Amino acid sequence: MTWLSIITAGVLTYFTRMTMIALVSRDMLGDRIKAVLSYVPSAVFPAIIFPAIFINDYGSFIEMNDPKIFGSIVAVIVGYFSRNVIATILSGLISYWIVLYF
Amino acid sequence: MFSKKQLFIRGMLDVAPHMLSVIPFGIICGAIGIELGFNPYLVYGMSIIIFGGASQIVFLQLISGGASALVATTSVGVINSRHLLYGAVLSEYLEKLSFIKKLLISYLVVDQGFAESNKFFKKNKTEQYLHYHLIGTGSTLWVCWQISTLAGIILGSFVPEELGLKFAIPLTFIAIIVQDLKKIDHVIVMLVCGISSLLLFDAPFKSYIIISPIIALFVAALILRFKK
Repeated sequence: MTWLSIITAGVLTYFTRMTMIALVSRDMLGDRIKAVLSYVPSAVFPAIIFPAIFINDYGSFIEMNDPKIFGSIVAVIVGYFSRNVIATILSGLISYWIVLYF
Repeated sequence: MFSKKQLFIRGMLDVAPHMLSVIPFGIICGAIGIELGFNPYLVYGMSIIIFGGASQIVFLQLISGGASALVATTSVGVINSRHLLYGAVLSEYLEKLSFIKKLLISYLVVDQGFAESNKFFKKNKTEQYLHYHLIGTGSTLWVCWQISTLAGIILGSFVPEELGLKFAIPLTFIAIIVQDLKKIDHVIVMLVCGISSLLLFDAPFKSYIIISPIIALFVAALILRFKK
C-alpha cells in the first residue's frame, strides 16, 4: 500500500519536472512571460528559506532571540560580500552553533 | 565554445558547494524514515522514485502520523509543483533537445541544480551543448542524495538531532539568491514570497510552497508593468 503511494507520488513528481520542459515551446512564452519568469529564483526560494528559519518543528513561530535568526543574518552578510556558497553556509552554521552552545 | 565534457564538469563544480547542505539533509532524511519505523527499502526507494528531499520527509511524517495515502501523495505533488516553474524557465534553453532527451533530463531537475544551471545558462546563452551543464548539476545531486540517504538509513538513530544540521537547508538557498539582494525589485519579490509563506504556512497540503511563489510572481509582473 505504501509502495503504491510512493510510486504514485514519484510519478506525480516526475510530471511536475517534465511537463513544462517537454511540452512548452519557445513560441508559447511571450517576452512578457519570460521577463516574469526571470524572477523565479527570487519568487520561489524564500518560500523554503523563511519557514525553515522562522517556524520551528512544532509549527509555531520562533522567539526573536532564536540562534537561527542570528545565523541567517551572518550568512546573508557573508554571502553578499564573499559571493561564495561554502562561506555562506559555513558562516551561518558556525555562528548558529556559537549562539546555541555558548 | 565549451565541449560537452567541459560543460558537464562545470555543472558538477558549480553545484558541488551545495553538498555541504545536501549531504546532511540526505542523512537526516534517511534517519527520520528509520526512526519513524519504516522499512529501510521503502525509505531508500523514495530517493530513487521521488528524488525530492523535503517532500520525502513530509510523506513519511504524514503516513506515520496516521494521514491517508491520498493526503500524503497529494502533499508530495503540491510540494514538488514548484518544478513546473523551474521547467518553464529551463524550457527556453532545452528547446532544441529531442523529445526523448527532454523526458530523460527532466528527472534530474532539482532546486539547487536548477538554480546553478539557470545562472550559467543566462550568461552563456549561445553555447550549443548547454544541457550538459544541467546533467552535471543534476547527476551530482542525484549521486550525493542516494549515498547520503543510504548513510542516514544505516546510521539511523545515531544521527544527533541537536546539531541542528537542518539549518543548512535555508542557508544553501540564501547562498543562491543573496546576490539578487542588490536589486530592489528582487528584494520586493523575495519579501512578498517569504512573508506569504509564513502567513500561509498552515494552508492544507503544504500549499504555501507553491501559492507564495505565485503571489510573488504576480507582484513581479506588476513591477515590470510599473517600470515601463
